[in-house]
Amino acid sequence: MKQQQFTIESNAAIAHQVYELRLSGDAGALATPGQFVNVQVGNAYLRRPLSVAKWDDRGMTLIYKVVGSGTDWLAQQPTGARLDILTGLGTGFDLKKARKHPLLVGGGVGLPPLYQLGIELIKMGCQPRLIMGFASERDVFYQKEFEQLMPVTLMTQDGSAGGKGLVTDASLQAQDSFLYACGPIPMLKALHALPLDGQFSLEERMGCGFGACMGCTIQTAKGPRRVCHEGPVFSKEDLLW
Amino acid sequence: MVNMKVNLLGISLDNPVLGASGCFGFGEEMAALYDLNLLGSFSFKGTTLHPRLGNPLPRIAETPSGMLNAIGLQNPGVHEVIATELPKMKGYFHKPVMANVSGFSVEEYVAVCSLLDQQDQVGWLEVNISCPNVKEGGMSFGTSPELAARVTRAVKAVCKKPIIIKLSPNVTDSALIARACEDEGADGFSLINTYVGMRIDLKTRRPVLANRTGGLSGPAVFPLALHLVRQVYKAVKVPIVGMGGIASAQDVLEMMLAGATAVQVGAASLVNPYACRDIIRDLPLVMEEYGITNISDIIGGMKD
Repeated sequence: MKQQQFTIESNAAIAHQVYELRLSGDAGALATPGQFVNVQVGNAYLRRPLSVAKWDDRGMTLIYKVVGSGTDWLAQQPTGARLDILTGLGTGFDLKKARKHPLLVGGGVGLPPLYQLGIELIKMGCQPRLIMGFASERDVFYQKEFEQLMPVTLMTQDGSAGGKGLVTDASLQAQDSFLYACGPIPMLKALHALPLDGQFSLEERMGCGFGACMGCTIQTAKGPRRVCHEGPVFSKEDLLW
Repeated sequence: MVNMKVNLLGISLDNPVLGASGCFGFGEEMAALYDLNLLGSFSFKGTTLHPRLGNPLPRIAETPSGMLNAIGLQNPGVHEVIATELPKMKGYFHKPVMANVSGFSVEEYVAVCSLLDQQDQVGWLEVNISCPNVKEGGMSFGTSPELAARVTRAVKAVCKKPIIIKLSPNVTDSALIARACEDEGADGFSLINTYVGMRIDLKTRRPVLANRTGGLSGPAVFPLALHLVRQVYKAVKVPIVGMGGIASAQDVLEMMLAGATAVQVGAASLVNPYACRDIIRDLPLVMEEYGITNISDIIGGMKD
């Protein structure tokens, strides 16, 4: 974990209430896809945990949804504004488990961490594919970006884009070797029931985001674990679903 | 050159700033960020006899200038603390640590205190009779002068180390409870624990916290804490560890003027993990600004 100042390069809506925030600064504390950052927003007391879509030597890209006054403040920040961010938080995905044909499944704003994950998996010689799910067409983002990396199956609940239904309505393929999933809890639970080993990235209300306050602890097969510290990524066998 | 040293119940502190229990874990996460030995000390996570998972989620809700928490005393239990956490702590913290103890019965307080009293690393026992987030025990001991006195008497009988009773602000008269504990030999007091509060989710019309209520901390409670520290300071002769919303070196000086010998910094560390380090860095400059040479000179020095 590091506390760093970042400068906003761009901060633009890419779907309904969803923003892509490009930041320049030192993202070196991020080591594995699935780790997150905690951003100080306006007058809010607590920071906002946000997921990271990608990072490189120059900075990082966050994707967030406006859900309250804190993220609303963030959406109004102009290019050039500075943000105080705790970066490199949590434990990300274990890439060694991927094997040849990992299946990535993301729902809504659960998608961003799967982008950097895809980049890293391809670097390792894997051939990942993605199922992305949204409520409706207006919520869809990063379809093209993902399609440049891997085969993509798009699902929307109302059928306004891609296939109609939930991500679990898109069928598994025989070659799928390992599941990496991030999204709402009901989606993750449904995926957890599939006959495919995998890892799941959880989202919880957090206090500190770095393991000090015990505000986000869940019970796992290995005992109590903090979503912000030992997580947010948990292995299938550790989740008591 | 200013002098930040204070003496807390026979132990000299390099400065009066301690990390507060519940916001510092057992120090390991913070120690990854900076050298904890620059602290006066810290109070580790409230420890009970048996391991506790704590309350269901959500356990955290935001408030104006603060936060509610309803962790519910999640901890690995005193045996695991002694077997694992304290030996690990030796690797990153070389000063006496404050052991925060919670319980659900007088017997539990006695059992946990007597075990931690025997640990060389422990400098003081901070007996938490004020946790607002557990059903039985916890705060109920801290809201009755008789029960608070009973816990104090029982732990004093089995411990050699100084006993600091952590007081609840959720009472009509903190001074009354403090005096009842002082009569039974309490060596000091720490206050405040959190104020009971609540938030409601407008969409679901349910409380945001799964526990319904939680404890309010952060700058929102600082003036309330200051007031209670002053009241207790005037009512007892033993030293006080002041806490509640401290976020700056100036806050530390205010709290000491109100009557605190040392202070704990809690919620501020959750927003800025370097909060204690920054406060200790700023303290000499702010002391000079206000013409303070020895910080211990100002304890209780507010002009009434």
